[in-house]
Amino acid sequence: MNELIQLNLSNLTGRKYWRSLNQLADTPEFRQWVEREFPEGASELLDSGSRRTLLKLMAAGFGLAGLTACRRPVEKILPLSKGVEGYVHGRPLHYATAVQACGAATGLIVECNDGRPTKVEGNPRHPFSLGATNAFQQAMILDLYDPDRARQVQKQGVKSGWAQFESWWLEAASKLGDGAGLRILSPRTASPSLDALKAEIAKKYPNSVWVEYDAVNFDRVVEGARLAFGQPLMPQYRFDQADVVVALDCDFLGLDTMTAQPVKQFAARRRPEEGRELNRLYAVEPNFTVTGAMADHRLRARASDIAAVALALARELNVSGAELKVLDGAGGRQKKFLAAVAKDLLAHKGRSLVLAGPRQPAEVHALVALINQALGNLGQTVSYTRPPFAPADSLAAVRQLAGDLAAGRVTVLFALGGNPVYSLPADHNWAELFRKTAAVALAFDENETWKAALWQLPEAHPFEAWGDVRALDGTASIQQPQIQPLFGGRSALEIAALIAGRPQRRGYDIVRSYWTSQWGADAEKKWQQALYEGVIEGTRFPAVEVKADAARVLAAIQPALKAAPAGIETVFYPSWHTFDGRFANNAWMQETPDPMTKLVWDNAALLSPATARRLGVQDGDVLELSAGGRQIHCPAMVLPGHADDSISLQLGFGRAACGRVGRGVGHRVEGLRAEANFWFGPAEVRRTGAKYKLVTTQEHHTLIEPITGLKRNNIVEEFTVEEYRRRAEHGKHEPHPPTDLFPEFDYSKGYQWGMAIDLNACIGCNACMVACTAENNIPVVGKEQVGKGREMHWIRLDRYFSGEEDDPQAVMQPMACVQCEKAPCESVCPVAATAHSPEGINEMAYNRCVGTRYCLNNCPYKVRRFNFLNWNKDVPEIRKMVFNPDVTVRMRGVMEKCNYCVQRIEEKRSQAKAEGRRPIRDGEVLTACQQVCPADAIVFGNINDPESRVAKLKRQARDYAVLEELNTKPRTTYLARLRNPNPELV
Amino acid sequence: MSAPFSKRFDTKLRLAAAAAVAVLGAAGAVAAYVFHPRQLDTGYTPVQPVAYSHKLHAGNLGMDCLYCHTTVTQASYAAVPMTEICMNCHVRVKEKSPKLQAIRDSYATGKPVAWVKVHRLPDYVYFNHRAHVTAGVSCVSCHGRVDQMTEVRQVQPLSMAWCLDCHRNPAPHIRPPELVTKLDWQPEGDPAVLGARLIREKGIHPPDNCSACHR
Amino acid sequence: MADLAIDPRMELNPPLVQGGMTYSDVTDKISSIVEGKAPKRWYIGMAVAVPLALLLFACLGYLVATGIGVWGNNSPVGWGWDITNFVWWIGIGHAGTLISAILFLFRQKWRTSINRAAEAMTLFAVACAAIYPLFHTGRPWRAAYWLFPLPNEYLHMWQNFRSPLMWDVFAVSTYGTVSALFWFVGLIPDLATLRDRATTPLRKKIYGLLSLGWRGSATQWRHYELAYLLLAGLSTPLVLSVHSIVSFDFATSLLPGWHTTIFPPYFVAGAVFSGFAMVVTLMTLARWIYGLENLITMKHLENMCKVMLATGMIVGFAYGTEFFIAWYSANQYERFIFLNRAFGPYWWAYWSMIACNVVAPQFFWFQRFRTSIPAMFILSIFINIGMWFERFVIIATSLHRDFLPSSWGYFRPTWVDIGTYVGTIGLFLTLFLLFLRFLPAIAISEVKGVLHQQVSAGQAAPVHGGSH
Repeated sequence: MNELIQLNLSNLTGRKYWRSLNQLADTPEFRQWVEREFPEGASELLDSGSRRTLLKLMAAGFGLAGLTACRRPVEKILPLSKGVEGYVHGRPLHYATAVQACGAATGLIVECNDGRPTKVEGNPRHPFSLGATNAFQQAMILDLYDPDRARQVQKQGVKSGWAQFESWWLEAASKLGDGAGLRILSPRTASPSLDALKAEIAKKYPNSVWVEYDAVNFDRVVEGARLAFGQPLMPQYRFDQADVVVALDCDFLGLDTMTAQPVKQFAARRRPEEGRELNRLYAVEPNFTVTGAMADHRLRARASDIAAVALALARELNVSGAELKVLDGAGGRQKKFLAAVAKDLLAHKGRSLVLAGPRQPAEVHALVALINQALGNLGQTVSYTRPPFAPADSLAAVRQLAGDLAAGRVTVLFALGGNPVYSLPADHNWAELFRKTAAVALAFDENETWKAALWQLPEAHPFEAWGDVRALDGTASIQQPQIQPLFGGRSALEIAALIAGRPQRRGYDIVRSYWTSQWGADAEKKWQQALYEGVIEGTRFPAVEVKADAARVLAAIQPALKAAPAGIETVFYPSWHTFDGRFANNAWMQETPDPMTKLVWDNAALLSPATARRLGVQDGDVLELSAGGRQIHCPAMVLPGHADDSISLQLGFGRAACGRVGRGVGHRVEGLRAEANFWFGPAEVRRTGAKYKLVTTQEHHTLIEPITGLKRNNIVEEFTVEEYRRRAEHGKHEPHPPTDLFPEFDYSKGYQWGMAIDLNACIGCNACMVACTAENNIPVVGKEQVGKGREMHWIRLDRYFSGEEDDPQAVMQPMACVQCEKAPCESVCPVAATAHSPEGINEMAYNRCVGTRYCLNNCPYKVRRFNFLNWNKDVPEIRKMVFNPDVTVRMRGVMEKCNYCVQRIEEKRSQAKAEGRRPIRDGEVLTACQQVCPADAIVFGNINDPESRVAKLKRQARDYAVLEELNTKPRTTYLARLRNPNPELV
Repeated sequence: MSAPFSKRFDTKLRLAAAAAVAVLGAAGAVAAYVFHPRQLDTGYTPVQPVAYSHKLHAGNLGMDCLYCHTTVTQASYAAVPMTEICMNCHVRVKEKSPKLQAIRDSYATGKPVAWVKVHRLPDYVYFNHRAHVTAGVSCVSCHGRVDQMTEVRQVQPLSMAWCLDCHRNPAPHIRPPELVTKLDWQPEGDPAVLGARLIREKGIHPPDNCSACHR
Repeated sequence: MADLAIDPRMELNPPLVQGGMTYSDVTDKISSIVEGKAPKRWYIGMAVAVPLALLLFACLGYLVATGIGVWGNNSPVGWGWDITNFVWWIGIGHAGTLISAILFLFRQKWRTSINRAAEAMTLFAVACAAIYPLFHTGRPWRAAYWLFPLPNEYLHMWQNFRSPLMWDVFAVSTYGTVSALFWFVGLIPDLATLRDRATTPLRKKIYGLLSLGWRGSATQWRHYELAYLLLAGLSTPLVLSVHSIVSFDFATSLLPGWHTTIFPPYFVAGAVFSGFAMVVTLMTLARWIYGLENLITMKHLENMCKVMLATGMIVGFAYGTEFFIAWYSANQYERFIFLNRAFGPYWWAYWSMIACNVVAPQFFWFQRFRTSIPAMFILSIFINIGMWFERFVIIATSLHRDFLPSSWGYFRPTWVDIGTYVGTIGLFLTLFLLFLRFLPAIAISEVKGVLHQQVSAGQAAPVHGGSH
């Protein structure tokens, strides 16, 4: 079956694609296949993939609509031949699954329309999702339909097949003997079934080596625990229990976590209304991250100075009886800062938390562990469990692998997933090394690794393949496919089974058999339950009791903590666009701006204003960075609040071998990243004199007007906790109602939809932007058009700096259509294409719009988006499968904007009516942005119901309307940003 | 110098002008009538791959609409039945009939029967059967007496104005939900009176704002 | 019009027609333009104008086929050169009707030899303007009929009559219709003259058809005068209403820099200003092409220069008022938008506007400039440019930095923007040159009306005529 689709797909494009699927239904192979799969019509549960395939064909039938463009196109209806359990045409199905990045899993629930996965949501049952996801998990759905995916088994670029590959492997395997020549290279995975297979392989080939490597990993965190407690452990934080959090170069709200959990827990402590006092966050960091933006106090420090800071802090806290020698570099301002922090921490023993980022060396993590121990936080705000993946120093393993390859000791090398040739340390020319052996690359797209390999195998998307994954705390989930592999790809699990010489090779059998062996008796019941709930009961790792002898550990690690050399250093961060390169071909992510720089379709060398002035560098000046005899070029960008003498670089750009979206986008910084400066290290900087065009979605970065120098109030409101307390006593200030030209509409009846956005919880992580893009079929316009100011995002994140340029504070403000009751856009539309619903939603009737853009001009919030060109013109047919069938795909020349996900409201309304005309419950309708938000910063509901969450929030004293004085009466109001400064530091 | 035009010319000119106005006006009126969906779309009766007769099944045999169109009460679509449903009876009834060959083939191969869509709405219109059927709008209101049709025919224009007529004055079209599939049902007395009562009791208020149908 | 003949003011004023022309001279001179061969200069003009007009159609075709994206428009600057040009052309379309109607009602005799061309200019300007409201929409094929109040499917869905754009549709189309009528009525007697002088049967038929059987009888003249008077009365309020309503597009919005009550008078003054500038530009050209020195005399041109000086002062005053109100309103956004105009990224546009519209006309205080053809030609060009910048400044600078600094942007025109704009100028010139070639560019009958004061008393020359 897969081969069939594959054959059709590989040589058919455009509209033919659907036809091919239908013609496919004619072939005898298809008949046999149906016979095989559907003897009775219900047994498809054996392989839920097949069920979806048939649905896919049916969806294909509906896809035929309007092929003939006459006045009345003849449409065909292709009902299923035989029923599918639980499937009702027009009703989406939801399946629980889980995906992982860098060994950290998140539980998901995927919505499928007619067999097409179309939307990802978080799984509320999963401890690291809690119902939310991050932007990347939202964007995975687009990768599934990426037309540039690897589609064909190839041998050195020549068309081949799985059968040929398998026979090749059997032959090669027969020569392997004890496997001394066998190497397997894969990304970090926490998968029980795969671990079992690893064991089998190790047994079969005792001298083979399985190397795990990720460009972004937790190695140093685990190693730090080993130094402190003598065993490799994974810290588990409880931010919701911490009154004081100190983050040392740790972007735990941003890219240093792959999950929503820390944000959920942290945000829970930023809502004074819920009774618990506001927590206080100190951030010490080189780059200005979203964590730094949330911090109540922020100290700029180079990555290499963090060790000194940690030591100084340790001494202030007197973690060991022994006097600590402190490294220089902790300047006057730092001393004051650290003294205050230490005092604060000591005042919150057992309710505080200090943590360090994965970039910091193991010694710093050990030190931090001791600090937490001294503060009595162990078991309170931080506990340790065994890591869900095999702990190993992947850099050492990779170095070893390189040696073996160079020496020709490797006969067969499997690269199972990821893109090692692109992302491995630059000490070696990996493409060369790969060519020295029989390399087998299992790759999702035709990437650098694929190009360097002998055998090139298409990898299945996580939504296409069976598997199982562990979360960071060990909680296991079944990875359930949503659709048959579109291009006949296979998963790493299946290849591993092949290597291990297992008879059964289908992912389903592998996973099922593993868990059956675990469960024994009531396996069937537990299996169904695991699939249904998306988490497997009782798989969470217990906390390990740990105790360290501080003095001894300190004596051991202190020599390793070196004073930082002066001069410029480079730090490598994952990217908000491509993470480590894996999302390089994902247009949604490329076009979603970086939360701090607002940069799209690019990465840049971020540096502080002072450093830029010293180097005479401006935005867009191409820099040459060199270290260890390696050079890279990267355009500079000045980021207020960045640490001096430090340059932040984002990984995952400048992909040479990539799909049409990501090829050549940005600049590859991996070329500078060797083992020595894997996370950070000194570098030489030189201006090349060349210029490069960087495009941002936000041109003016503060609320201070140029020319006048006045601050714009009534856009972002911000108080300290003290100010807010005083304000709260006076109660919410109500503006005196101005007189209106037009008669008032009576909004007192029925549902009146409204939204409250909590600026104190929003961390600006972009999840809402991508979720909205996925839900509302929002097109991508590309770098050039964004540069012209034509991006289409319905919800955007405005980021405003305040304070002095060198060390500012930042506020994030999600801004979508605020649904004005007195909408300026409505009165000016000549054709009444935008009108107000009786429930207070400012509607867009696309089919009525003629595109005068008058509404856009008259919108004070500038949230309306115009289709300047036909953004959907060149969308490949397969890419169209991601479209949400409940939302119109807009044509060129019409205006569009946020409508509170009205399609979701109408769905729930009709459901409520069908269920005996009951009212819609509060929280039953979730907008896409609200549902995904890891900080629960967005609350939507019926403001006429005084008990609804949104109504309660709108009664808060910090609730305000943006540009209130314009009397547009927006339905979306904001909760002011609060800051909880340490009195000693103000 | 001789006049360029005859004495009558002015009269002719005026007549010509008057005629032009009349012709244009008439043309406009005719166009407005002809291109109205009522003329353009109603009566559409495509030939179906299988000569299925609603008259026979729903009329003479008195099968309920919901027997085949199972999803109307659950989803926005009123799904055309799966081949399986046909075969529920036709494994025994007329199991040899050549007319049913296509059905049997479909059942054997799993290949769908390609029915031709009759009631077609534009892509930007989101009509929801569930909402209407549960509110007590009968099939007959939009589809006509299907139980009397050998071949299904579109009897209503399905135009926006036509939708709005009912949304702005639903009373004549509302009946007890359990009776929606009784196409021949007539209330004693004025349907509008009954409808008005049901509307009051169940709090039915059909929307006429844009996003009710356009999203 | 006999009563006008003994208007005492006549004696005070210098003669409006010079070179001692007689009735037949006037007829011959003006008709010869239409009857004789076109001079080389006319062909040169066409050689410039026609290619530009074709460029317009090319650009519009490309625009409709590809989308508004081929222009520089973006978010926040939803309107760029499109509406700028629209307002500019509408403004230019003001002088014609103003001269014909208002000056007629005020019995300003000097209008006679320029009103015909000015009216023609009005029509062509309105035609050029009308292109933009239609083609600036994202889906012109729908706007074409949705912008007119046709009920969607029999009274179920109407336009939004609260939208100023809807008012525009009525205002501009009404103005266009009435101006066209006014212009054509004025043409009738002269068309008759051409008909009677026609030598070929084809010309005879065409001009005969157009002159609607005019014989110049006293009855016809009485009706004619009445009709002309009524149309004049009808167009006068329109002159004021059109640009007032166009200004509502901006005044009724809530955008700082647009939301301004002085816009209607300010726009009308500006319109007259630019209209006269364009008349001067064209008249000096026509004069040069056809040697009409005796008919379009220095007096005419000087009067127009005076009007430009006056309206230029009004416009300058309006600029000042805007700034004062912005300061006086104490509204932060208002204050910023106006400072931003002068000192923001678009400073160059603002100061070119000031230089062209406020500084340039000051030269007309001096008779030396009012009476020098090259001077007034150059200054009129400056004013045309300045008035274009005025509209650009109002639209672009108000839009590009409005309320939320996060969504501030900048507008850059593309080659299609430029091509469309230059193209309309080409279309305008083409139409005007065709008009010069095939219709009497100067109102023969009316000029004769002001001519007869110079004819020695007692000589019983028919006041009006053509037909003999």
